Amino acid sequence: MTDFRKAATDAAARIAACEAKGTHAFLAWSEEALLEQADALAASPDASRGALAGEAVAVKDVIADATFPTTCGSKILDGWRSPFEATAVRRLRAAGALVAGKTGCDEFAMGSSTEWCAYGPSRNPLDPARVPGGSSGGSAAAVAAGAVSMALGSETGGSVRHPAAFCGVVGIKPTYGRVSRYGLVAFGSSLDQIGTLGRDVASAARLLAAISGRDDRDATTLDRVPLGVPGAAATTLAGTVIGVPREYFPPGLHAGVAAATRKARERLQALGAEVRDVSLPHTRYAVPTYYIVAPAEASSNLARYDGVRYGRREDASDVRAMYRATRGAGFGPEVRRRILLGTYVLSAGYYDAYYAKAQRVREAIRADFARVFATGVHALFAPTTPTPAFKFGENLADPLAMYLSDVFVCTANLAWVPALSLPIGRDEGLPIGGQLIGPMEGEGTIVRIAQALERVVDAAAEVR
Amino acid sequence: MTASAGGERAGAAPWETVVGLEVHVQLLTRTKMFCGCSAKYGDPPNTNVCPVCLGLPGALPAPNEEAVRLAVRAAYALGCTVHGRSVFARKNYFYPDLPKGYQISQFDEPLATGGALAFVSVERGPVTVRIKRLHLEEDAGKSFHDRVPGKTAVDFNRSGVPLVEIVSEPDLRSPAEARAYLTVLKQVLGPGYVKVSNCNMEEGSLRVDANLSIRPAGSTELRTRTEVKNLNSFSGVERALTAERERQVAATGRGEEIVQATMLFDAATGAVRATRSKEEAQDYRYFPEPDLPPLVLTERWLATEKQALPELPAAKRERFEKAYVLSGAESVVVTATAAIADYFEALVGAPGAGSGKEVWNWVANDLLSLSADGETIPLPVARASEVLQLARAGKLSRQAARRVLPDLAARPADAALAVAERLGLLQVSDGGAIDGWVRETLEAHAAEVARYRAGEAKLMGFLVGQVMKRSAGKADPKAVSAALARALKP
Repeated sequence: MTDFRKAATDAAARIAACEAKGTHAFLAWSEEALLEQADALAASPDASRGALAGEAVAVKDVIADATFPTTCGSKILDGWRSPFEATAVRRLRAAGALVAGKTGCDEFAMGSSTEWCAYGPSRNPLDPARVPGGSSGGSAAAVAAGAVSMALGSETGGSVRHPAAFCGVVGIKPTYGRVSRYGLVAFGSSLDQIGTLGRDVASAARLLAAISGRDDRDATTLDRVPLGVPGAAATTLAGTVIGVPREYFPPGLHAGVAAATRKARERLQALGAEVRDVSLPHTRYAVPTYYIVAPAEASSNLARYDGVRYGRREDASDVRAMYRATRGAGFGPEVRRRILLGTYVLSAGYYDAYYAKAQRVREAIRADFARVFATGVHALFAPTTPTPAFKFGENLADPLAMYLSDVFVCTANLAWVPALSLPIGRDEGLPIGGQLIGPMEGEGTIVRIAQALERVVDAAAEVR
Repeated sequence: MTASAGGERAGAAPWETVVGLEVHVQLLTRTKMFCGCSAKYGDPPNTNVCPVCLGLPGALPAPNEEAVRLAVRAAYALGCTVHGRSVFARKNYFYPDLPKGYQISQFDEPLATGGALAFVSVERGPVTVRIKRLHLEEDAGKSFHDRVPGKTAVDFNRSGVPLVEIVSEPDLRSPAEARAYLTVLKQVLGPGYVKVSNCNMEEGSLRVDANLSIRPAGSTELRTRTEVKNLNSFSGVERALTAERERQVAATGRGEEIVQATMLFDAATGAVRATRSKEEAQDYRYFPEPDLPPLVLTERWLATEKQALPELPAAKRERFEKAYVLSGAESVVVTATAAIADYFEALVGAPGAGSGKEVWNWVANDLLSLSADGETIPLPVARASEVLQLARAGKLSRQAARRVLPDLAARPADAALAVAERLGLLQVSDGGAIDGWVRETLEAHAAEVARYRAGEAKLMGFLVGQVMKRSAGKADPKAVSAALARALKP
């Protein structure tokens, strides 16, 4: 039997080392909490034989757990302790994992750098002057720094794959409905999905297998048995057809990103895969569509933070004034911006022009994927981000520049299809991520391709 | 006040009243609409709550199948078309008793549309009110402004309790019709028939918002309407609408425009007053609820639910009038609830019960008075049937039967005959005994006998009564009449 106390102290030492370097991947963690969980695990015959027995898993702070506060990186939930745990956390505990701590993220997962975290940003372990990406930047940084080998993140528009690419780790965004959202603090409910990060494809896939499957508490989960754990990496991709969507390679694409994806494409061919150029013509509408749908849903989802029942309250003369004061003080600038945007697009007189139209474009984006996958393509390969990790402050004053960082990732969220980012090389020392996008419920396919590619790619090598 | 059909006042222009009702009915489920909390009314505040109905971060709704079933039954009972696919939507607004900042409701794709409810209007006779739509939604919590000085207290026990909202077309033409509509709605959906709700206005399981406008009689236009709120009883609805109609008629008479407003009814004073007008109309920013897939109901499931509906009061009345030769007024009495109707039919069907009309008399005049709630008759049909048979056989007078019934209801294990015997109420048809009472009576009332013989035939009734008195009610009145007739024969 594994020595769970040792697993806990080892994890604590790794986290301490990570944080001592100023990474600030964690908003909350403690050795005591790890040891307590280790003791509870030792006393639980089922969990102690689970697939993740003794594994320390970091959890993004937008996911409710009973050990630590769940602040969502926001002052409005400062110190909030959830009385219940997310289904994903319950499942990873049932599989024997220890919740290592809560990781930093942009406030309510709105951002691509963790710079909007109200408790300070996380740093990219590969270059502390650069952001780890986001919004699940703390989870990616924790894995990249070696504090944990796997972590939970969440995606609404690429928030797992984006930081995975920036930090040189693996991130999986499953099919919408694969993992229960119960206990994931809502941002854009029709897009939100818990994802996993790992130091390699197998780690991320194992964690995903443990948390996947139908949950009666989330009416949007797929009625499927949990995913299986991946086997050994395949040495050939013969018979596999991989599409390369031309819209993901615009003129002027960052030279390092272009070089890394070109090399990866050659590797896929060398493995025996048939690589085809394909087209997803509505890709260019993805960012504007995303920035209507996600803020619209967010404006409604964040209405509950009103100071009445929990969280921060700023006292005022009457209830309306209390709402204004509480929400004005509790939410940061990016969250306020999105609430305003979302409220606007749902307003009478604007709904049809924005929200209703965005839903139609979303259907067209979804149809693009369905059409390509219906032609015999098993998966798509593309860059995860348009650039490697940027520096702190680089995009902060320009929301549009920040939003465009999600141009290659938000399509999969709009279309509900699964996608995986893995490191495929470095440019000037910074990791480059490549992503595999699968058809609905195609996690097994993209994991298989990613494992084969991972085996033959030197992710630490310079691509040019 | 006195109100005639159009609500006009003598000498003023005749105005027609146009009323539409939005009725919220709480569904009688064990648990709430989207979580497993108890939906029970009246528990201590904030004891039936959980992360879902408190709107805690990360909680999600999971629909309650029983609520859907009851809503579908309500829709079928109101003759609606139930849609195989309907969509939940979020209605966004801030209020302290609305924990998520939005209410899960249905908007442009409701569960059901296009129904009707028929009733008899005092003013217009039989009318049919069209039902525009019926949709499912969750209730909000309840705010109390008078429990904690200077503060508002909120009870979330009600938060998430399932409701259906039933919206009528503006087909009602008077406050009395509004009340009649509600009475029939309650009869159909309440414990008496379809049993989807308690429909109790005092407990808030039936809530009414009314829209009212006036127009010149004969016109078909729809003028600016006001919404009347704070209606806490059926009579309150009628009073409030009467007050609002009078207010509109008076204002129009003064040449004032009716402005769209929400009027609050004060049950203590019987007056309506406009609420503080909001700077602009509320924009609820409805959009499809992304946490819930569209509600898809199969044809088969819907057909099963439709078939499971009990026979409704209107159909029952029609059938009873034909089958048991009852008048309209008579059929109303014995179809007040399905239980009473079933009782009536079982009693008619029991051996030796008599005609439908005779049984109706028993149910309407004797048996219903045993009921405490007016919904059920607390006496086994078999025992009631025994009483009817004893009466038909001349062994129990009507008055005696009335005295037997409460005793029998209290001790239904005893046979009716035994109870009647114990109470000494069995009729005597024995000629000897009756002849004796007749003889005594004729001796005691020689003067009346003489007047009868002189032609005052109506004194026969008096004499029968006197004989009955002497028998302490036990004599069979028919046998007494016969014996008296014999004894008085010239």
